[in-house]
Amino acid sequence: MKRTPRVLAALAALSMIAAACGNDDGGSTPATTAAPATTAAPATSGAPTTTEPSTDEVYVPIEGLRGNLTGAGATFPNPVLQDWQFVYSGDVQKGVSLNYQSIGSGGGIEQFLLQTVDFGISERYLRDGDLEKAAADRGCPAIQVPFLFGSVTIVFGDAQFDDLILNAEVIADIYERRITKYNDPKIAALNPDRSLPDVDIIPVRRSDGSGTTSVFTTWLEWAATNGTGRDGNPSRFGTGDEAQNWTLGSGTEVQWPADVIGGQGNEGVSVGVKQNRGGLGYVNQAYALIEKLPQARIINSDGNAVRATIEATTEALEVLTVPDTFQFDILGVGGGGFPVTGAAWVFLYECGYSENTANMLKDFWTWATQTDEAIRLASDLGYAPLGAGLRARVAEAIQRVGS
Amino acid sequence: MTVTDTDTDTTPSLRGRGIGRFADRAFYLALLGAGLSVLLVLAAIVFRTTYDAWPVFQYQGFWSFLTGTEWKAGFERDSFSGIYGAWPFIYGTLVVAGIALVFALPLAIAVSLYIVHYAPQRLKKVLSYVVEVLAAVPSIIFGLWGLLWFVPTVLQPVSNWVSSTFGFIPIFAGPVPNVNYFHAGFVLAIMILPIITALTREIVAATPMSEQEAAYGLGSTKWEMVRAVVLPRSVSGIVGASMLGLGRALGETIAVLMLVGGSQRWGTRLFFGGDTMAAHIAATFQDAAPETITGLLGIGVVLFLVTMIVNMIARLIVWRFGFRATGDAI
Repeated sequence: MKRTPRVLAALAALSMIAAACGNDDGGSTPATTAAPATTAAPATSGAPTTTEPSTDEVYVPIEGLRGNLTGAGATFPNPVLQDWQFVYSGDVQKGVSLNYQSIGSGGGIEQFLLQTVDFGISERYLRDGDLEKAAADRGCPAIQVPFLFGSVTIVFGDAQFDDLILNAEVIADIYERRITKYNDPKIAALNPDRSLPDVDIIPVRRSDGSGTTSVFTTWLEWAATNGTGRDGNPSRFGTGDEAQNWTLGSGTEVQWPADVIGGQGNEGVSVGVKQNRGGLGYVNQAYALIEKLPQARIINSDGNAVRATIEATTEALEVLTVPDTFQFDILGVGGGGFPVTGAAWVFLYECGYSENTANMLKDFWTWATQTDEAIRLASDLGYAPLGAGLRARVAEAIQRVGS
Repeated sequence: MTVTDTDTDTTPSLRGRGIGRFADRAFYLALLGAGLSVLLVLAAIVFRTTYDAWPVFQYQGFWSFLTGTEWKAGFERDSFSGIYGAWPFIYGTLVVAGIALVFALPLAIAVSLYIVHYAPQRLKKVLSYVVEVLAAVPSIIFGLWGLLWFVPTVLQPVSNWVSSTFGFIPIFAGPVPNVNYFHAGFVLAIMILPIITALTREIVAATPMSEQEAAYGLGSTKWEMVRAVVLPRSVSGIVGASMLGLGRALGETIAVLMLVGGSQRWGTRLFFGGDTMAAHIAATFQDAAPETITGLLGIGVVLFLVTMIVNMIARLIVWRFGFRATGDAI
């Protein structure tokens, strides 16, 4: 194939995980974690050699592909996949059709491990146990790469609360019903310039199992357990002696207290927030942006109150340290980054596909993660794409399909 | 052409020849197969679900699975780490279905009586047709309509008023969120109304004309005739019809899911945001880890048991009232 040398050259220059994929001339740079501490992503990815990794450079369509790819998994990236599928099958690879079933993150993992689909997608990365099962059943390792990011933000039903500043501790207190009014002293302390009404807070949450809940509760749990309260970190819990804890744990569903109102999907939460006076809920950033819901600003690890925008989410990713296994939660975000952010991962196998299927998978996922067009489609829907540093590592990992 | 041929022609044509007898046998076997297939499918569902749910019953204990009030999903693959007590969902299912029946049954009887005995001829047809159309509305439509229009514009003000007026009675105490047992139950009542009405209408209409005329002959007014003849005649049928409606109410998923609140708690207040068994399965199945799926299958088994028990109670009631039966269809 004509693209192979170019891809390999670019990738070798970027010096990603050399050992795992047998990239023989690799290993030149010991950058095992992407995530430079600065936000100047293009500089980092371009640094090692002379190649200029303009994003479209990495993707060269494989010619003559024809066939059908099936995938299943999370609902969160589904709108993006629908758009990608439309453009990809329409303009890029006319012979390839894509069938993605959004059956949920849990289903995405299960169907992938059962090998009923070509790829699985989940908002939960594969744990070591899952990877062992995958390797044992398939006879070769599974590959997982993040490909899309989205923040989870707090929205209000009443526009007067737009830009209200909250931190993890206050949000935890609201959802555990320790703070029940908007004029609570803890909220007032964070918003000294606002006059807050004496209105009951009605917290709304997802009633269905969802990755959104998982991202939200994972962040709260992390904030509760990682702060001793003595480091002055305002995003964390325990800034006082009476500090409370987050007791609900984390996951796609948790045991919310009574009178925390449930809503089915983002839409259900949005309805609950609007229909109950004083409603406050958490939804996907993409949904909040498209619906133009009044949003909170949430304090991150550097003490900055940040509103969830695509830029703030992207910035959160730039400072992220992602291990080679791509098993990570996005926590401890500082700078101008938005602190509550999750990712969607795609799962692929290294072997066991027909050559045609392997080529289609590589072609589609390279296109989806590397081209400006695919990235623009995702951004239009309010999703944050991969940062430049991570993007190159993902491109390399995708090449392991069918190796 | 021969004499014998003529003889055979004279045998009664319905008696059938060889091929006819074979067809008879085949027809019988086909019907037997059809009858057995229902049993087989049911057995396969019950057996398989119970088999798959067995680990969670072992882990939690069947009794504590039924009575435990805490449901905390775990995220393991080959082991259990959560807590699985299905009582909040069992309770929610019974409460929501009960609310639905309380509202639907009297209305269904009234509608039936009106259609059969009071409505003008032309309205009868229209009304019957409308009831049937109502039965054909998919439950997701009821859910959306309920969530986006009916609850906020109609039910919520009523609930708020009830709660603020009778709030001193514990079951009516507030707060009143937009999704709760009562709102789900009330929309569910609208959903099961056509099923109950369709049956009760037939049952009410089946009252023998001679008995009705006898009542009139004794000088009854229409109301007295209905009370003395139609209603007693229809009791067993109405019980049967309401049990059919209750069956649907117990299993109704999507509309309830959108309106009940989907929490893992339970409360004795009418306006509490709880959850039902079917709704909880539907809501959390998609993103559940393997161990939690086992738990959800356990709820499925319990839901089956509850439905079966309700049906048995219905049979007992019909049998207890089982006289002058018009409820044979049940």
